[in-house]
Amino acid sequence: MKISCDVNVQHLTRVEGHGNIKISIKDGKVREASWEVVETPRFFEAMLVGKHWENAPYLCGRICGICSIGHTLASIRAVENAFGITPSAQTADLRLLLKHMETLQSHILHLYFLAAPDFLGTGSVLPLAKTHPEEVARALRLKLLANDACDLIGGRRLHPTRTVVGGFTMLPEKRQLAEIGKRLQECVPDLLAAAELFKTFAIPDFSRETEFVSLKGGESYPFIGGGLVSSDGVRKKEHQYRAMTNEYCQPGFTSKLSRLSRDAFAVGALARLNNNFALLHPTAREISAALGLSPVNHNPYLNNVAQLVECVHVVFDSLRIIEAMLDTPWQEPRQPVTACRGKGVGAVEVPRGILYHYYEFDAQGRVKKADCVIPTSQNHGNIQRDIAALARDYARKGKTDQDIELLAEMLVRAYDPCISCSVH
Amino acid sequence: MSDALSYLGVPLSRPRVGFFELTSCEGCQLQILNNEATLLDFLNLVTIVNFREGMSERSDDYEIAFVEGSVSREDEIVRLREIREKARVLVALGSCACFGGVNRLKNRFGDLAWVKKEVYGDFAIETRDVQPLEDFVTVDLKIYGCPVKKEEVERIVTNLVVGKAVRLPEYPVCMECKANENICLFELGEPCLGPVTRAGCDAWCTGNRRGCWGCRGPAEVANIKELEKIMTRHGFSREVLIDRLECFGGFASCLDTLTGKKKKAGRNKA
Ligand code: SF4
Ligand code: SF4
Ligand code: SF4
Ligand SMILES: [Fe+2]
Repeated sequence: MKISCDVNVQHLTRVEGHGNIKISIKDGKVREASWEVVETPRFFEAMLVGKHWENAPYLCGRICGICSIGHTLASIRAVENAFGITPSAQTADLRLLLKHMETLQSHILHLYFLAAPDFLGTGSVLPLAKTHPEEVARALRLKLLANDACDLIGGRRLHPTRTVVGGFTMLPEKRQLAEIGKRLQECVPDLLAAAELFKTFAIPDFSRETEFVSLKGGESYPFIGGGLVSSDGVRKKEHQYRAMTNEYCQPGFTSKLSRLSRDAFAVGALARLNNNFALLHPTAREISAALGLSPVNHNPYLNNVAQLVECVHVVFDSLRIIEAMLDTPWQEPRQPVTACRGKGVGAVEVPRGILYHYYEFDAQGRVKKADCVIPTSQNHGNIQRDIAALARDYARKGKTDQDIELLAEMLVRAYDPCISCSVH
Repeated sequence: MSDALSYLGVPLSRPRVGFFELTSCEGCQLQILNNEATLLDFLNLVTIVNFREGMSERSDDYEIAFVEGSVSREDEIVRLREIREKARVLVALGSCACFGGVNRLKNRFGDLAWVKKEVYGDFAIETRDVQPLEDFVTVDLKIYGCPVKKEEVERIVTNLVVGKAVRLPEYPVCMECKANENICLFELGEPCLGPVTRAGCDAWCTGNRRGCWGCRGPAEVANIKELEKIMTRHGFSREVLIDRLECFGGFASCLDTLTGKKKKAGRNKA
């Protein structure tokens, strides 16, 4: 059947930031299939110039309201790398735990509030509070737990206060940490129930050969720092990130874009999982298999499933960290910092993919140059090409405007884009 | 959600509320979703008709508009004016909306061409000096903070719904900090803007042993000269003071006095 259709979504909903989808098909031929980003830029990299190093993590956290912890940690890592500071084991563990809780918080927010309504045929989570009260209560419980843990470790769930270059301004009480551990233990059935719910969702059958870029874990699933890898076989060191990101601009697009071996690549939960599957917690791997996800998978809609699998992983890994912490007396929370001339990169796997911060400092520790490369900006090129492929597929198969519109929206949402972050 | 809403036994209609964002990190809106424990009760108070980040349905029929973010492009002025026309009450949500927020730091160079080039090279990109909402439209209510404090948002919304006056603290963060018996950051060798910053956050940062950076802007009586003396006494440079004062845009006029710069009068006022 030759179809014609016009899809024009201005300011797509249930994503962070402002983007538009346009698809035009005439007699089975795709005329236009685009993903546009129209967000207003904020110029963080310019703002930082001339500022003393202390400002960098504090300001850069404000790049993103959803993953402010990830930005703060990437920024801190870049400053520490520039000054030659190695975090203590305690600091590294606490940061990872904090990072895990942000991952859990962000993935649950995306899965239940932004993605699930499409699978359950509603426009938002609000009607679900009536039709699926247990599921909504479960999501709120998981999110609350993750956010409470972020408050406890980072001082604040959004724009953290305790995280500084050199460590933490203060530490949680062991008693409170044990309480979080107990709640994490108790949330495992909630996660298993979430997996059962997602099993019932009809994930669109679509795939397009994609290059996946992520950190490469050695002994553990990667989150903070380390080598960079792509599923096409590229490997780089953390400080060589520019060879991985290759940013460029595109007319009418306010975010930068990236490419590597091909004209686009993908980052995020699916990329991490595809590149590091063996390092996931065994239960996470089992759930992944039960939900039909095994590496390397090229269906972008399965990023939702990959997020759920990562939720399971971070909960088990957090339990491991907390248990070890409860057995060790607290050390000094913070080490002294001496600024010096230098350059540093911090690469961190934030919920939506790999995030890089880079700073160059003068001898007084003032920023001479800053560069931040955001996961969503790395995904934009891939989203564009997925939308084009999706339009081609369905132009052939024949679908109604409404179906194509929904599938295109769900596709973009599956990437969990953080658009205002990508246009920092 | 639930059907009847009443306050002190008086039935109330749930106002129609819209959330909008200009140049921002969307963190202030997210703070509303971050109210897991009270979210459902909160949603019960109002009818949300526009919340792009959370729902697909949209309506232009709303009474209260919460606008997050600052103005940094021409099209945002148009959007903001449209929202103002439709809303009975326009609330500036967060420091970006109230003062311009961190976004405003790019204004300090006074050279937009350089700012654009630093980030985008020769690629053409549109931007303007960052300004708060009130430079363009009448703002009925400001909720300060970067981010806003969710408890405060809930209290303010409840007051709006039941028609009670909204009063924000006029005293400085120091009062809350001392009431909470925190160790003073100056004693720990850290600078703090608590003495001049408007309270209401329950000394959020200082309670976590992080100095206040003044995200809520100046308290009713903010003695910057006195703060400068305290900072000098504790060995902090003017640069440290200025870094903090200029971070969120709330102290712009105090900064001008401090640095002897003349305030650019009424630029681009609507
Ligand atoms: S005030 Fe802060 S938290 Fe709120 S939108 Fe602006 S940068 Fe984000
Ligand atoms: S820490 Fe800051 S807010 Fe608290 S008492 Fe000291 S100066 Fe005031
Ligand atoms: S302590 Fe200061 S910087 Fe922190 S939230 Fe309160 S006003 Fe804002
Ligand atoms: Fe950037």
